[in-house]
Amino acid sequence: MTEILLGTKKGLFVLEGDPGTDDFEIRCRAFPGEPVDFAMRDRVSGHVLATVTSPFYGPKIWFAEDPAGEWTQAEGVALPEGGDEALERIWVIVAGADGSLYAGGDPGVLFESRDGGVTWELNRALRRHRVEEKWQPGGGGLCLHSIVPWPGEPEKLSVAVSAAGVWHTDDHGETWRRGNQGIVPRYLPEEAREGATQLCVHRMERSPSKPERMFIQFHWGVYRSDDGGESWTEIGDGLPSDFGFPLALDPADPDSAYVIPLQGDFDRVTPDGNVRVYETRDGGSSWKPRGEGLPDHEAYLTVLRRAFDRAGEGPDLQLYFGATSGDVFGSADAGATWFTAATRLPPVFSVTASD
Amino acid sequence: MALVCLHGPLRNLAGGRAAQEVGGGDVRAVLRGLEDLHPSVAGWILDERGAIRRHINVFVNGERGGEQTAVAAEDRVEVLPAITGGT
Repeated sequence: MTEILLGTKKGLFVLEGDPGTDDFEIRCRAFPGEPVDFAMRDRVSGHVLATVTSPFYGPKIWFAEDPAGEWTQAEGVALPEGGDEALERIWVIVAGADGSLYAGGDPGVLFESRDGGVTWELNRALRRHRVEEKWQPGGGGLCLHSIVPWPGEPEKLSVAVSAAGVWHTDDHGETWRRGNQGIVPRYLPEEAREGATQLCVHRMERSPSKPERMFIQFHWGVYRSDDGGESWTEIGDGLPSDFGFPLALDPADPDSAYVIPLQGDFDRVTPDGNVRVYETRDGGSSWKPRGEGLPDHEAYLTVLRRAFDRAGEGPDLQLYFGATSGDVFGSADAGATWFTAATRLPPVFSVTASD
Repeated sequence: MALVCLHGPLRNLAGGRAAQEVGGGDVRAVLRGLEDLHPSVAGWILDERGAIRRHINVFVNGERGGEQTAVAAEDRVEVLPAITGGT
């Protein structure tokens, strides 16, 4: 049985079903009418956590033992009072390497929880960089959307911000440094690209089995790093478009990556009305379209950056993605074939899967 | 003391009472006073800057007010979600 948590424009939907079948059902819906930006299940605490940005009452993190039951508002999810900015949105929650949880949001902020998401504390060192260096937001705001721990080394953490690039810490968030060598922001004039810091990373992931291997889906460009995110090599040749948002990896294979290309920043839909996930198994030297079972014509879908996740690994790798059309697709054979897990839902903002 | 009237989830956060008396010389002070009485309200009406959230409307005796609108004893302060917030 696989559980899929869908953050949507109109609430959290919890799907359950057998991988490989279209027999997924909505087990429950929470926060009806509210935009749920992200939801995840924390295996350590057993909590399901959801980030909800009420247009009226602002962003909050909520947690529950059972998503069909009672939800409790987490504490500490705010910027220091009296400043020039307010918290706009929480984009993602990720489990750390030592049982802690991290939450990233707009304006470029990182929070940490050591009690299963009940209370949170702002990372002030990264916050100082944002304030002193005047980071520029991307189209979705100044979002810290990717948080990638280093397995077995909890003092190491990397985050990505749109549009302030990649940041690393080796001392549990006490100090931070950039890691952007080799990234080329094609949306800037050529003479402004060297040393640019307005870097619009769309999503970043790290291979659990080879932590120095990382991948980025950039705002034009797909990149691989072999040195823990210090430097990056472009690997987008062979894709119909190297513009896109989502990214997923097979934990068992450090040479694997999956992306879902979109036409471009001017037209953020699947190219030619053809929905295809692209897979590499050689670190980006070549890409293979994976679309059996996906719509192949008249399907102009938009898949957002956090709306793609996986469960399992190797031959049993499951992949799931949702679109702003309200469709959710899944694969139980590492992308070889696909099935429809749900249709006619509200626009899907995020997908997380667990088995 | 002003009479603060709440609706929707704000009412639940403030102990389930539709209206309650809160002291303060202007709207921000009254809303901070409400947070002191009911800490769960913190962050729901005023953001970290002390600003009324964009899609919340505050009326003082039936007229739209801002953070610095003066509030006198026995004034009625009503907090409502704005029609601009829904999509």
